Order: sequence, then C-alpha cells, then structure tokens
Amino acid sequence: MPDVALALPDNPGAARTVSLKAQLRRAERRKKLKYGALIVPLVVFLLLTFVWPIAALMKRAVDNPEVVAAFPATCALLRGWDGRSPPDDTVFATLANEMAATRGTPVFASAAKRLNMEQPGFRSLMMKTAKALPPAAGRSAPAAGRSARAALIAADARWGELAAWQLFARNASPYTARYLLASVDRKYDDAGHIVAAGADEAIYVKVLKRTFGMSAVVTACCLLLGFPLAYLMATQPARVANVLMIFVLLPFWTSILVRVAAWLVLLQREGLVNQALRAAGIIEKPLELVFNDIGVYISMVHILLPFMILPLYSVMKGISPLYVRAAISLGCPPIASFWKVYFPQALPGVGAGGLLVFILCMGYYITPALLGSPGEQMASYFIAFYTNQTVNWGMAAALSAILFMATLVLYMVYLRLVGGQESASRTT
Amino acid sequence: MKAFLSTPRSAAIALAAMTLLAGAARADITVISFGGSSQKAQAKAFYEPFAKAGGKVVPGEYNGEQAKIKAMVEAGNVTWDVVEVESPELARGCEEGIYEKLDMSRVGAKGDFVPEAVTECGIGVFVWSTVLAYNADVLKTPPRSWADFWDIEKYPGKRGMRKGAKFTLEFALLADGVKPADVYKTLATPAGVERAFGKLDQIKPHIQWWEAGAQPPQLLASGDLVMSSAYNGRIGTAQKEGKTNLKIVWTHQIYDFDSWAITTGTPKRDEAYRFIALASEPRNQAVFSAHIPYGPSNVKALPLIDKAILAELPTAPRNMESALASDPQFWAEYGEDLEQRFNAWAAK
Repeated sequence: MPDVALALPDNPGAARTVSLKAQLRRAERRKKLKYGALIVPLVVFLLLTFVWPIAALMKRAVDNPEVVAAFPATCALLRGWDGRSPPDDTVFATLANEMAATRGTPVFASAAKRLNMEQPGFRSLMMKTAKALPPAAGRSAPAAGRSARAALIAADARWGELAAWQLFARNASPYTARYLLASVDRKYDDAGHIVAAGADEAIYVKVLKRTFGMSAVVTACCLLLGFPLAYLMATQPARVANVLMIFVLLPFWTSILVRVAAWLVLLQREGLVNQALRAAGIIEKPLELVFNDIGVYISMVHILLPFMILPLYSVMKGISPLYVRAAISLGCPPIASFWKVYFPQALPGVGAGGLLVFILCMGYYITPALLGSPGEQMASYFIAFYTNQTVNWGMAAALSAILFMATLVLYMVYLRLVGGQESASRTT
Repeated sequence: MKAFLSTPRSAAIALAAMTLLAGAARADITVISFGGSSQKAQAKAFYEPFAKAGGKVVPGEYNGEQAKIKAMVEAGNVTWDVVEVESPELARGCEEGIYEKLDMSRVGAKGDFVPEAVTECGIGVFVWSTVLAYNADVLKTPPRSWADFWDIEKYPGKRGMRKGAKFTLEFALLADGVKPADVYKTLATPAGVERAFGKLDQIKPHIQWWEAGAQPPQLLASGDLVMSSAYNGRIGTAQKEGKTNLKIVWTHQIYDFDSWAITTGTPKRDEAYRFIALASEPRNQAVFSAHIPYGPSNVKALPLIDKAILAELPTAPRNMESALASDPQFWAEYGEDLEQRFNAWAAK
C-alpha cells in the first residue's frame, strides 16, 4: 500500500513515504530474522545429520586418496605421463625413493591394497619390490634413475611392462570414477577407456534391476492386500475399526528381526506351514518356502503392509460416503461409481503408501539376507558386504550413491505425477 | 545368522557402562571371539583362569568383519582390546596398522609354539579346520571325499557350504582332482579360477549357503542338509551334546590358525598382554581342546590332552594325511577379487 503514494511523482510527502517504506521494510526484515532464528536449530540439525553425511558419502564414492598419500611425487610425475611410452628414469627413481621411505608403514600397505583391488597380485608385487630395494640414498639423479630402473625391474619384471605403470597412473589422482563405474558394471581398460565389465564380473546392473523389480512386486502385493483392509477400516464403525487397527499395529511394533525369525520358523522345511500342509494331506513332500524368493516376498509384504495401510486409511477416512451414494442414486452402477468416484479420491493415499513401501523396500537388507538365497539379495546386501567384509568403503559408498540417486529420481517422478494430477483436478 | 551381529556393539556398550561404574577398573578387557561353542570353550579355558588371576573379561563376538575394528582404530576410540582373527585378516590388518606388533617376550617362549602360529602381530590360539560333515542317519553309505560331495546321484539332497569364496573354491578344486599341494598354485591362475567355478556350477542348485559356524550342525541334525562343509569343532561339540549321528570326513580338510591380536591404540595394552600370555599357557590350552576339538598352538599342551581327544584334533597325524594348509598370503592377495567374483557367480 505505500506504492500508492510512490506512484504520484509530485507528491510533496514522497521523501517521507520512501523513508516510511524503508522503515516498513526494515521492520519486515527484522521480523523475518526473528522468525528465522527459531528454525536455525532445525537447519543446523538437518545440516549435521542429513546433508553432511550424504555429502560425505558422495565424496567417499569418488575418493581415491591411498596411492597419492603414499607416493605423492611419483603420482605428480605420472599425471604428466602419456601412458604409451615407457616412463622415464626419474619416475623409476622417484618411486624407488618413495617406496623405500614408506615401506612397512600402514600408508604403504593401504596403497598396495588399493592397487591390488584393481589387479590381484599387485599387493605382493609392491611388498616384494619394497623389500628388495636398497635404502634411499642421495646419489646423483641420472645415475640413480638408471639404477632405480634396473633395481625395480630386477625386483620384478612387471615394472618393465606398461600395464603396471598404467594401473599406477590411473590412481595417481585423488579422485576416481572407478567405484561409480563398477557400480554399473563398467571399468577402465589398460588404456584408460571405459568398457563393459566381463560377464563373470558384471553383477550390479542385474542387482539394481532386481532391487527395483522386487520392490515393485512387494508394493503391488501390499496395495492389493492393503486397499480392501483400509477400505474396510474406513467404512466400519469406530469400534470395529479400532480392533482392526490394533491388528495392523501390533506386528508393526514388533522388532523386524523377531518377525523375520518367526517366518523362518513357520516356513522352514520342517516348519509349521509344511507340517500343517502335510498333516492335511495336501502335499507329500515339504514345499521349499524359505531361502528362495517366496520366503522373501511373504515376509517383506507382511512387514511393509502397515506402511501401505496407514496412509490409505488416513486418506479414506476423509472421503465422504455421500459422493458414492449420490453417484449410485443417479444411476451409476456400484462398481463404476466406486471406480470413477471413490478411487480417484483415494489416489493420494495409494501414491503415498506406494512410494513409502517402494522406497523402504529398495533399502531392505535383513529380510533377504536371512530368508533369501544369493539370488534374492538386493543392493543393500552388497553395500553391507563391502562395508563389513572387504572394508572397501569406496565401493559401498558408490553403490549407496547410485541407490540414493535412483530413489531421488523416483521421488521426482512421483511429485511430477501427483503434482500434475492436482493441477488437473483443479482445472476441471 | 546375521542376528548376532548386533551383539559386539551391545558388548561394547556394556563395557563402556561397566568401566564407568567401576571407576575405570584396571582389569576389565574386551575380548572378541567368533562366538558359539568355541567361545564357550574359551570362557572355560581362558576367561575363568583370567578372572582367578584378578582380571575380568568382557566377552564379545563377531563374524570376522574387520570394518568395525578399522573404524575404531581410525576414530582413535578403541573398545575392543583383544580380537580373535583369522590368518589372512591378521596379515592385512598387521600391514595396515590395525593390530599392534606383538612383543613375544611378553607372551611366552617362542620355541614352545608351532612355528606358523607366531606372526608379527598375532599369536595362534588354536588350529581349526573346515571338514566335510554328514548326517549318518540320512546317508547310509558314508561319503569319503569332496568328490562324493559333488556326486548328486549317489547322494541326493541339499549340501551346505560357507557363503564366500574362501575354502569353497579350494574344495571345488580338490573335488576336481587337484592335489592339495597344487591348489593355491592353480587358483592363482585365471584358468584355475575358471575350473573351480565350473566345478561349483555342477552342484549349484543343490547348495544351501551358511554363514555362521553354528548353522551346519543344526541344519545337518534337522535333516535340511545331507552333508556340509563345517568347522570340525562345531561338529565335535554337537557330537558331545548327543548328536552322535553327525560324522566327519577328514580327507582333504583345510586347516588354519585363529590368532589373538591386540587392537592398535587400546588403552589396556598391559592387561591385553596378560590375557594373551595366560591364554597361551599349555595348561589352559589343554582345557580348551578338552572342550572343543581344536588343536593347541602351544606344543607343550599336547602331553596334557587326553588320548581320545587328541585323535579328534585337526592336528592328529591320521587327520593330517591329506590336509591342506590355508594360505593366508594367497587370500590376502586374491581374496577381494575372488569374493567379488563369487558374489557375481552366486547371484546369477
């Protein structure tokens, strides 16, 4: 409203109005700051517990510090090397010096382990070479270079080949795309080009597909089972609905581990399900219900069902029964009126529940690990494998980053779909 | 199973709580082992005498994963003081500085131990072995070798193997007729790896993978498996507990050491040494072997062990005839690559 005054150029009170406007703005700003201060703790909390760890994780996926830390000078020289001709004497001399200086230390071992990760056998090559080298001495550079070349090649003939140096040079920079590439079954060849991993090594594309596929199946099963139940709960009188709610929530409050172990007891070869089926004469040989996909699907659907039912129920509770009644009274058949009138109103619940279940599924670890065979393991199993078993945290971070990105994309798609629907419903 | 992975942490928390209560009493140390019947035997043989000597062990268990220990050392907050480690992990952990270099003079006389048991960062606790075990109630004709393990027609039914490349690939090659002395030479070549996985392909649908040492005796006893690779000690204790139908085939067993190692930067180094020295004494090692049939690392323990038990140890001459010693250097070198390859193969 001060704009009205400003719009009149010859107003004698213009100067005063401007200062009034400035004052108002200042007051607004102060108020904003005051309110802003209230959410500062939240922002700090989010930064510390959410943004920072994810950023650190992303960085871990491209970090490559080991070789540079152990052999900084050699790495600097190799970064300028063309990769095709044999490296010159200074490179040999520098590496020999740095090896002699760091051998026997954890830094050296980490670098050797890092190189061994790409080329099994490199660890012993490094150890053997370091052991064979004479202690670092201050001889004149060219002579030292020649003798260093001879000494390295004498320690192991592989130093005379390009492949060893190319491998070294690929790790001469503090960042690498190797882990991310490996997470999508790609790798660098000796010349530094990106190529598809061999059939024996390729695994993660399949695992990611499987992760998505299994999540989709579980989500669909949850929807099929959860929708009628949520509908029943939303339409029954409060007393019945509360009892049903308790049945949904009780398992929800039980530890996942307990529920998975319970499924193991129920489904195993000599378990209750097989015993009952055999006693009833339905089957003769026990069914294979566990350590395969059936067991994983059964228990994952069971565990994730409440995450579908609760959002569905909360949306359905808000849908007035009058609309469907009106549609029927106007002559629309019951099924069509459910489908055309009720279901579109329940759709936000379907979306929210579906997204929740799908995203939770993608990160599932313990259920497939306990009830599945190696053929059912999802991405998180391999993240745990690299974190715990092989202590290859770069690979674990890269796989996590890929999974994180996939989740983000999925969420974006969901927002697009739901957002589009809302604006569409507003225009009609 | 994965369920007990959470126990080391709870043990660490319990330890932290206890040290607070006791006003940082000097004697409490956390000792991490592989759990199960092996740890029960350790409690009798090592923890109890240590308690009598005025110390106290807070036991914890893990499945051999080095990640937690590495993270502890890097964060400078070491709560696991003494850890039982397998040889390849010991060799790597020693080089990477996760474990302290051991001062043998504080442990015992070097000459008393089996030579392979004394390494830079560790001292052997016992010799354990992975063997072929079977349920004699189910299999009327006993299998004789790993070749029989692969014979689906003669011995139908599910077989158990440890989920991972280690030992699985060795057994495949042994079943394929490779001599124990040539196993690691063969496995170091691409053709040898190909051969091992090719052999595994033959029985892949019949394998059920296990992860914790306690699983094979359970699965064998319940009839879920007809035979399985298993730790000899777990089968031995199961037999003692009345499951006498479980039998061991010693042909082509693979043996290895488990060693004590001290985590780098532990605030309780002196106590850790006291514990390791005590656990390396012949008397206590003999008690351990009496509870679980694993061989002692201290040769002076042998005369103290009952004859009947001696015959059931992996180190008994009759059991050693065709044995293969696990090669920690090979696994430190090729382990990661082969484990990845194994994962890719298993997930197919």
